[in-house]
Order: sequence, then C-alpha cells, then structure tokens
Amino acid sequence: MGLTIQEVEHIAELAKLRLTAEEKTRYREQLSAILDYANCLQAVDTTGIPQTATVLPLKNVMREDKQQPSLPPDVALANAQEKENGFFRVPPILDE
Amino acid sequence: MELHQLTVHEAAALLQSGAISARALTDAQLVRLRALQPDVKAYLHVAEKQARRQAEEADEVLSAARRDGVLVSPLTGVPLGIKDVLSLAGQPTTCGSRLLKGYMPPYTATAVEKLAREHAIFLGKTNTDEFAMGSSTENSAYFTTHNPWDLTRVPGGSSGGSAAAVAAGMAIAALGTDTGGSVRQPAALCGVVGLKPSYGRVSRYGLVAFGSSLDQVGTLTKDVTDAALLLKVIAGHDPHDSTSLDVPVPDYRQALNPDVRGVRIGVPKEYFVDGMQPAVEKAVREAIAQLARMGAEVEEISLPNTEYALPVYYLIAPAEASANLARFDGIRYGQLVETGNMWKNFRETRGQGFGPEVKRRIMLGTYALSAGYYDAYYLKAGQVRTMIKADFERAFADVDVIITPTTPKTAFKIGERIDDPLSMYLGDIFTLSVNLAGLCGLSLPCGFDENKLPIGMQILGPSLGEEKILHVAYAYEQATTWHRQRPDI
Repeated sequence: MGLTIQEVEHIAELAKLRLTAEEKTRYREQLSAILDYANCLQAVDTTGIPQTATVLPLKNVMREDKQQPSLPPDVALANAQEKENGFFRVPPILDE
Repeated sequence: MELHQLTVHEAAALLQSGAISARALTDAQLVRLRALQPDVKAYLHVAEKQARRQAEEADEVLSAARRDGVLVSPLTGVPLGIKDVLSLAGQPTTCGSRLLKGYMPPYTATAVEKLAREHAIFLGKTNTDEFAMGSSTENSAYFTTHNPWDLTRVPGGSSGGSAAAVAAGMAIAALGTDTGGSVRQPAALCGVVGLKPSYGRVSRYGLVAFGSSLDQVGTLTKDVTDAALLLKVIAGHDPHDSTSLDVPVPDYRQALNPDVRGVRIGVPKEYFVDGMQPAVEKAVREAIAQLARMGAEVEEISLPNTEYALPVYYLIAPAEASANLARFDGIRYGQLVETGNMWKNFRETRGQGFGPEVKRRIMLGTYALSAGYYDAYYLKAGQVRTMIKADFERAFADVDVIITPTTPKTAFKIGERIDDPLSMYLGDIFTLSVNLAGLCGLSLPCGFDENKLPIGMQILGPSLGEEKILHVAYAYEQATTWHRQRPDI
C-alpha cells in the first residue's frame, strides 16, 4: 500500500510542516515502506482485547484546587522572540 | 588511577575522606573533557563556570560533614553529564534541535533537581538525536557523537552523548532518557551500564516529552553499583508528574548481592534471531551460562508477540510524538521564522526547524491518528501492545528476570544506516518491548566482538523490579571484568 503525493501533502498540512518537493517524494517512499511493514499487525486477531494507552493503573489524578506559585511573567516570556506589554505577540489570525 | 576513571562510589569515598576535593575532581574532568571533545563530541554545551562554582559549594558541604561527623550523599561533588532533553535552568536545552537553538529553560527537571540537591556537579549537556528520536546521534542537528571504542562508529542513541561521555571518562556518570531503548542501546554500544527504570519510577517533569506513555529518565554509569546509587536519588513520586508512582523508593544498594543461587532466569527464544551478529549471541549465551554456573536456574521461555513490538512501537511512539511536538510553533520559545502570517509562521518554523527524522515521525504519527486510519493503526497498535504486556506478565509469573542481548549487532559505522530508516529501526528490536510494557531493563557489558567493540547483555524485570535486575547484574559484574575495560583514548 503506497501513499500518494496528495496524501503526503494532506498529512503535512495537518502537522503544519512546510515540505519541499524533494521531501514530499522522499517521505512518500519512506512512509509507504514503514506503513507497509506495520500492516503485519492487521493479521493479528485482537477481538475483545482492550487498548493499552498507559501501562499504569491510574485513573484521574486530582489535587487540591489552590493557588500556587508559578513562573513570573518576565521569566515565562524570556524565550519568546515576539512579545509586547507582557504578552506573546503573534500575527493576526483572522484574515486568512 | 586517574581521576576521570573513577566510578561514583570510588569518587565518593575519596571526596568524603578528604583525599581529593570536588574542585580538583571537577577540574580534572574538565581538562579531560576539553581534550577529548574534538574527537568524541559528547557534549552540546559545557558549563565550566557553573561546574566550578557547584564544586566549591560541594567542597563546603563535604568539609562541614567531615567536621560534624555526618554522612553526605554519595553524589556530593561528583561531576555528571546531563542529556540535552532534560531541562536545567541556567544552561541551554536544545534537544539536539535547530528549532530550540538558544532556548534557556526557566526551570529544572525533577530528576536533575534531585541530583542538584545532593550537590552533584553538572559538567554540561550531552548530545542526543533530535528530540531523542534516533539510535545513533546522527539525527542531532549539531553533530554526531563518535564512539570512544572506534571513532568511525556511532555511540548509539539517542543518549549517545551521555554513553560516550561515561565510556571516555568525560563524566563520572550521566543521565539519559529511554523511550524505546535510548539508554540501554548506547550503553551496550559504548560498553557501559545503562538502566531504564520502570515507567512511573522517575518523574518526567522537565523532560521534553517525546512519547509520554513510554519516556523514562535513566542512568549511564561505569558499573552497577553506580546505577543503584543514582536511581536511589532520582526515583520517587513528584506532584508535578501525575504518572510518577507514589510508592516508597527502596535503598537499591541493599539489592547488590553477589549470590544468585536459586534466582530464576528466563531466556526468550524469540530474542535470538537470524541475522544477529554471531559474536553477540555467543557472548550473551556465555554470560547466561556463567550465571547458571553461579547457581541461577536458567530456563527457555517464550514471548510469542515479540515480532510485533517494532511495528507497534513505530505507530504508538510517533503518534504520541506528533501530539507532543505540536507545541513547537515558535511563539513561546524556539527559532521563529517570521512571515507576517500566523499559519505560514507555523509551517515555516516547523518545516525549517525540525530535522528529517523528526518530520518523518511527526508525519507517521499524524497519519496513524488521522480520520479513517485511527482504528487500523493507532487503536490496533494499542491492542497488540496489551498482548505484548500480557506475554511479560505470564513470563514473570515463573521467572525473576529475563536475559536477552541488548542489540542484535555491535556499534555500526557512522552513515551506514542513516538513509534507510527501517534498517535503523530494526536495530532496536530487543529494547522496544520493555517500554511498551512499562518494565525496567538494564544493559551491562558482557564481552567484545572481533573488532574489540563492546557487547551488551540486557536484563529485564517486572514493573518496579529494579532490585531484581540490579541484583543479577551486580552478581555477574562481580564475577567478570568486562566493566573495568575502557577504550584506549
């Protein structure tokens, strides 16, 4: 089973990755080969077997809802390239 | 013996008696590190000034302890390397990625913080495959680490910088992380001891997430005793990580007993496969025979779903990675590519910032989770994961530990597998199941191949069975001399 270039482009858009034409061709081949290999799982009978998403027997882990110290704003913003008045600054998002 | 050859427990004895100072040990380590870094390239960042300052503080703690006659932690004054996916405030954390070039974490990972509280010294951040995705450090955006046993070969990965640093005497010990073998595989390829604790044993807080149901912080050390000492410090519950288990931490040193009479060892037939290097099989079988001569009871067992571990892992880990790495959008941190348009910023920042393997895994994971494919890939993989876990539960009803080779082959040449992802992934077949099942595992040296490259034996235990694997590993180590051999570098 092989992926098409259109499928590769669709996945890249879902993942918000800009790929070059050369990358699209390469990933189409490599991902097809890996998925082909992974298809051996389809032959395994998993009827009635639950999925393991975590190995721990934990359910929700709750804590008391109380105020605790957190990072000061200047520290939280220190790694941002664009910031203004104590906020992260981003380009407008509504005009596309 | 030179100072850089010391183990943690040997260094601790000298530091606590006052025979050497933390400052002298740290200086000796930094000299060694500087001399070998051009050839080995184990570190992405070296923190000389901070290390010296920490050493001075450690010396104060050590001299006060001597004066007052109190005991200090064996880690006090001991210089360590920290894998660059673990946050350490005051030092850059790049995860081996161009996208995080210059990122300075505002807080420190719990496992590292616990070592800092014991006044351990941090020499710097060690090289890793980008976001810990890889088996050779060739996926680091900065450079490839070289194996100290043969500089033309890879050190393994992703904790290859930590493993090479410990093997070459560029750190007394180091922290790594293990999502599918990233501590055990480089330990095997570099001839050191690598311990991956059970899922939940060590807090993941401050570890930049790759596969959240699989990731665990582990140790790279020169011997088994050091692994026990480090695990004792980093293990335990952390309110900042809800998946860290709230159970007591044993004193792992108590498990270091050379007597293995009556210990039941399972040897899974599925782990001795066609195509593995004959020297590896021979060395591991000989090590098992040695333990049998020492009184352990060895039996062949079966883990029938072993062949599915690789496809299951390479669906689940990328799926989790694709979700975890969604946060790297260039807004709060990372190298932003500014285009004037938000969506374009995302595509360009991520498209240019991530390397080929990370993009490959994000694509694979996104596909496995996408509409129409979720049931066939992600759900199916999660079900087969349950079967793999059940195999181990059945096996551990009858045996105390399981022994396998850590890798099918010894260290490969730099560049040999980089263009063929599937052949790179196939090198991980013996280590992946442990993470899928949440078990603990340890790799320790058990011989050399015809090129004098180290061979690793893997000892697996049930969840929270660290004492069992440390016990068997220690007994084997006491009866052999492999762990004392160091590369001629």
